[in-house]
Amino acid sequence: MNLNSCDFAVIGGGLVGATIARGLASGGSRVIVLDEGDLALRASRGNFALVWVQGKGSDMPRYAEWTCQSVSLWREFCTEIEAETGLDVGYRQPGGFHLALSERELEYLRATRHVGQQSGTTPYPPCEIMSASEIRSRLPHVGAEVVGGSYCPLDGHVNALRLFRAIHRAMIVHGVDYRPNSRVTEIEFDGAFRLRLEDAGTIKADRLLLAAGLDNARLAPMVGLAAPVRSQRGQILVTEKTLPFLHFPIATVQQTDEGTVLIGDSQEEVGPEGPVTTGIASVMASRAMRMFPSLAELKIVRWWDCARVLSPDGYPIYDHSESHPGAFLATCHSGVTLAAAHAKLLVPAVLNGKLPEQFAAFSSRRFDVRAHC
Amino acid sequence: MFVRIADGESERVVVLIDGTPFEGCQGDSIATVLLLTGKIGCRRSFVSGEPRGPYCMMGVCFECLVKVDGIDGLQACMIPIRSGMRIETSIDQP
Amino acid sequence: MKQLSDLDDLKHVYDVAVVGGGPSGMAAAAAAAAHDLEVIVLDENPDVGGQIYRGLRTSPLDRRRILGSTYTGGDDLIREFAQTRSDYLPGAVVWMASRSLELGVSKSRRSRIIKSRRIILATGAFERAFPIPGWTLPGVLTVGAAQGLLKSSGVAPLGRFVLAGTGPLLWLFASQILSSGHAPVAILDTTRRSRQLWASTALPGFLTSEYFPAAIKLIRHVSANIPVIRGVTMLAAEGRSSVSRVSYRRAGRPPQSIDVDHLLLHQGVVPNAQLPIAAGCAIRWNDRQACWQPVIDQWGETSIESIAIAGDGAGILGAESASRSGRLCGLNAACKLGRIDTSGRDSAAAPIRRELARFARGRRFVDTAFLPDRAFRVASADTLACRCEEIRGRQITELLDAHGAIGPNQLKSFLRCGMGSCQGRQCALTVTEMIAAHRGVSPAAVGSYRLRFPIKPITVAEVASLPQEPCDRRAVERI
Repeated sequence: MNLNSCDFAVIGGGLVGATIARGLASGGSRVIVLDEGDLALRASRGNFALVWVQGKGSDMPRYAEWTCQSVSLWREFCTEIEAETGLDVGYRQPGGFHLALSERELEYLRATRHVGQQSGTTPYPPCEIMSASEIRSRLPHVGAEVVGGSYCPLDGHVNALRLFRAIHRAMIVHGVDYRPNSRVTEIEFDGAFRLRLEDAGTIKADRLLLAAGLDNARLAPMVGLAAPVRSQRGQILVTEKTLPFLHFPIATVQQTDEGTVLIGDSQEEVGPEGPVTTGIASVMASRAMRMFPSLAELKIVRWWDCARVLSPDGYPIYDHSESHPGAFLATCHSGVTLAAAHAKLLVPAVLNGKLPEQFAAFSSRRFDVRAHC
Repeated sequence: MFVRIADGESERVVVLIDGTPFEGCQGDSIATVLLLTGKIGCRRSFVSGEPRGPYCMMGVCFECLVKVDGIDGLQACMIPIRSGMRIETSIDQP
Repeated sequence: MKQLSDLDDLKHVYDVAVVGGGPSGMAAAAAAAAHDLEVIVLDENPDVGGQIYRGLRTSPLDRRRILGSTYTGGDDLIREFAQTRSDYLPGAVVWMASRSLELGVSKSRRSRIIKSRRIILATGAFERAFPIPGWTLPGVLTVGAAQGLLKSSGVAPLGRFVLAGTGPLLWLFASQILSSGHAPVAILDTTRRSRQLWASTALPGFLTSEYFPAAIKLIRHVSANIPVIRGVTMLAAEGRSSVSRVSYRRAGRPPQSIDVDHLLLHQGVVPNAQLPIAAGCAIRWNDRQACWQPVIDQWGETSIESIAIAGDGAGILGAESASRSGRLCGLNAACKLGRIDTSGRDSAAAPIRRELARFARGRRFVDTAFLPDRAFRVASADTLACRCEEIRGRQITELLDAHGAIGPNQLKSFLRCGMGSCQGRQCALTVTEMIAAHRGVSPAAVGSYRLRFPIKPITVAEVASLPQEPCDRRAVERI
């Protein structure tokens, strides 16, 4: 058996690529994951670790449905990963909050949470708008400036770094051949795929999955696909460890099971190598303090920025190639929330040869349609 | 335990260490007076609870963390003592 | 020199901001201020001197006698700095020095951002981590820590204590503590035994250097009075709530132990390069000293325009070289800011460069002789590699076995090494060396942790107090 040939090559070893690679390998495929080096941009290392449904897909019901499907499978996915690796990823689902610091913010929450709908009649999850006093009864430490918020009982969070480590471990346990420092420079196709690597090596694969985040934009056209993704920087502040005090995740403030508090997050239309922005950190810190005054004296130990991988409408792109049969594309910016759906719904679809009709809404062809409108 | 061997008649400064008064010298850091009182351990590791104390005495190891005048998590080796300062270690806390 | 007392006393913009109040910082500030530039020295310590001249300004006579001329030699520089027009703010931690020349400064739990037209980083060095079993036990300190106690406060270890490791500082301190009337029970010398060393081409340089006579005298003084156990290949600190014993091995002999109240460790110093690394300055691996150092030119300029490094922060050269390199940085700043032309700068620099060459003589030998053995640059299975997050050597090797050729940043995110309060200062080199050993490559090929500002922790409230623009609010609030 040639070490450099496989059934499936997966380009990208982040959460998306690793999750799917694990699934493909567990079905018996020989899988090689080609990853970049240690300093590669890795959204998988810098995310906020939310496993979140509220507010998602307010203008794309199919995405809301996809997200809810993923969260309904998350506990099962997590149990499998833990059994395979012995690593507890710390998934907790106590429900989650968005907190409003002004009437305007509260109004925005009212408008975007499809509140009061019967579950089962819409793809949207149950969501409650709460007054300041209702919030205070659930989150006693909350600051006086919080005017209300939204709560969804299905929201939760996970230890993002342990999750990433566990998925990497799980894929290796299933026999995936993980290759860092293996940037792909070209892809050729003659019924099978030939991937040329930066170090002059070649990998031959019967089928191919592009899960390379921002680099999908460069790779996709090589296999007759399109991944019009852009980088959007997000910054996060991380505090020192402290005794547990915050038992629910807030969309922008959460305490991890290590004791650290994560404070986020920003959306900036720049790449991750842009200049330092203390102003943004300041806004995040002051909002967090207004929500939880006791955060004031905690020390910030780390301050990270990462590049979100965003499609033009912010929703995932899942595609199979017509011109290069066997080539698939998967990109999204919620690799944590969608990990279960990727593992349990996307993997079987990919193994099937083509993505079925239920994935049509996520094809990049939707951007061509919009361009013509 | 550490001991003063040369003080050149520096001005004396009295601080409280875990409620007990101690007379140090102008220019001593909090970590210095802790070591002089035999408190070579001053806190417990957040991860395992094992005892920790001053190691580098120059602000790069972050082991000598104490509470000073009610504010927690300060590096004892980087703070000069001042008269009346209330210093609290956490090594005896569970 | 104008000593400021508060963050609010800082100007909004300076010509030259010097980070660090040791010999290189004082010399850089003096050289720049002599050319009529507006200079600020931001010092995290309560007084000038850095580590080597710690407490010197207020040091009483009896202490000076014990510490000797390597210490009191800083008097002239301190006096010179005191007579400049430079501003000086003690107790000021610089947590950011960005490529856009903004400095984040924290003092007394408040933060401010100031700007400078040029930045000179003079942050010196700190001791190389010395991962041995039990190194986190209370009562285990660095030799530098003990020396600083002696310098700043005239405080010495009481009872039985051992010095362990290698390097000039260990011998210097042994001599100083001996002069104070307190001798260690023993020195456990981990210096690598190497016959080749004595035949090396670096030897003549050392024999004819400034260091040689002093070094010989020192070694004789110490060896005559303190038992020196050479060729130590393994060390461990033992005890329950504090260190009570140190055990050790020498090649081919059974393990032995010594009861102690304190263990003082030292195996050299490495550049304190947190600020330039976080700023994005190019760094390179120095194989002879087994550490990273920022890449600088002959004026101390880094790969980032207007950020220069003076002294040990760009590579360990010792205190005498530190002040000389500081002067070159200060002169160059004066030139770049139009106060002198290049020929004026170059001719002022010439004698300084000659002095630098003098002090560089013999360094190669010292570096080679005192490079710690690889066994002490990695963490054994049961030893904590990362003190803050309590990650043991075994966890690192198991992860590398399981995941293959991952780098320090991937390892950091998988194990949390380097994520604690010390921000990797105590584990970065250990992790890089362990990955290099596992892969069979040079540390140069492995790289190091990517660092970000703040390079020292600051409170949420401090961050919240920094200036905000409407676009910043929009990027976070998004509605």
